[in-house]
Amino acid sequence: MGNTSSKLILAGCLALTACFAGKAFAADKNWGQYQVEDRRSGYTFAAPETRAMQDDNFQNPGMLWAEIGEELWEKTEGEAGKACASCHNGPETMKGVAVSYPKYVAEKKNLENLEQRINRCRTENMKAKPWKYESKELLGMTVFVRNQSLGMPINVKVDGDYAPFFEKGKAFYEQRRGQLDLACKHCHEDFEGGQLRANILSQGQGNGFPVYRLKWSGVGSLHRRFRGCNKQVRSKPYGYGSDEYLALELYVMWRGRGLPVETPAVRN
Amino acid sequence: MKMTTPIVAAMVFGASMALTATFSGPAQAGEPVELAAMTEMAKPLTDQAGDPATGKKVFSNRKLGNCLACHSLQAMKEQPFHGEVAPPLDGVASRYSIAELRLRVVNPKAINPETQMPAYFRKDGLHRVMDKFKDKTILTAQQVEDLVAYLGTLKEE
Ligand code: HEC
Ligand code: HEC
Repeated sequence: MGNTSSKLILAGCLALTACFAGKAFAADKNWGQYQVEDRRSGYTFAAPETRAMQDDNFQNPGMLWAEIGEELWEKTEGEAGKACASCHNGPETMKGVAVSYPKYVAEKKNLENLEQRINRCRTENMKAKPWKYESKELLGMTVFVRNQSLGMPINVKVDGDYAPFFEKGKAFYEQRRGQLDLACKHCHEDFEGGQLRANILSQGQGNGFPVYRLKWSGVGSLHRRFRGCNKQVRSKPYGYGSDEYLALELYVMWRGRGLPVETPAVRN
Repeated sequence: MKMTTPIVAAMVFGASMALTATFSGPAQAGEPVELAAMTEMAKPLTDQAGDPATGKKVFSNRKLGNCLACHSLQAMKEQPFHGEVAPPLDGVASRYSIAELRLRVVNPKAINPETQMPAYFRKDGLHRVMDKFKDKTILTAQQVEDLVAYLGTLKEE
């Protein structure tokens, strides 16, 4: 019998060895605030040049989006004749806000992410039109607001009203999907630190979003990344701001609890 | 043991999480567990014999096998960026028969339900496939045969 069984065992072990090798390699280094227990920011998987670009505000191309947000902060728009600054004063009042998104909103009986919160301020308080997902305005303001919490630890709620959304997000994360039949966890847990063709797989953390991605030559939201990862396995993506991605966002942020807000992070 | 029956009892010593994770009861280290699985697929999918030269292209093409996404292979050194998340495929034909390799490509989940490796000739039981790929297999039957013929050339030197 030996033949068959040893092959089966070998195959399984080899797969595991491949994963562990990646993790052991990664644990060598002290990543400071970018690692909390076994949770590691995408920063720790990025190339040194990419990290250097993120570290220097003058070099970080994502800061151009923060500047767009900064200008819009003061800009009066909508029928109420207000700007963000009319209600919130200086941007420093936004310090610490980003760490707890997405948040549960009782009136909606649903989660709301920061993009949607910004748009709710526009429609309800400014009587202005909402910005489109991935527009330079919405990305700019999201980057600007999150950037006020730079370095602060991600701290989302997952109990009480959040619990069903957390469970839904976790189920999404573990569900195989697409023609390639892979779940998020297969690439970002099992293969963490491994080489997938030209990519080094990170844990798929959300703490740096919206990120400046070299491949996009621009800034993109976390939901854009989710769509990309879905399409990569030939699975039909969900819409920007969809309930599915809101729940997934909560779960992904929880996976990265304690990691610092890095927006705008720079990634490959 | 003859390996032609679809059901084999394999000894799994809790060494592999990937395998033990599929059983309902807690698998104790050192305890043999019954594993119902196929190990091979002897019958070719087409009448036309596989062509290893075409199979080589199927192997490396990113829109077809894209096997190098996860596996490495010395014989393809000229191709940049080999994956490192799955076992290297050098000499794989010395470890497996053609029938075993065919099943590995057609549906590796028949061997290890937890595997990350895609099934290249299966269209059912998949979740939310993009419209453009819906009800289609990743490879055609002939591409599978060509690929298997190529894998068959990967003997240890
Ligand atoms: C086939 C492999 C694969 C699957 C499956 C996959 N991803 Fe990814 N993902 C990647 C690659 C490659 C990258 C880019 C390198 C990196 O940061 O890991 C990436 C990056 C990310 C990032 C950006 C991390 C950063 O720091 O910039 C997030 C977030 C992410 N993935 C989340 C997900 C989620 C959620 C799912 C499931 C819906 C998923 N991924 C499924 C391969 C995958
Ligand atoms: C998304 C990752 C992935 C892709 C793509 C992939 N494989 Fe695999 N493959 C694996 C993993 C992981 C294993 C380890 C065994 C297991 O998980 O059951 C494996 C095992 C194998 C084995 C057995 C090797 C051994 O020594 O035990 C063969 C043969 C194989 N793959 C061939 C292929 C071929 C041919 C292709 C392309 C048509 C391919 N694989 C694409 C992940 C992948």
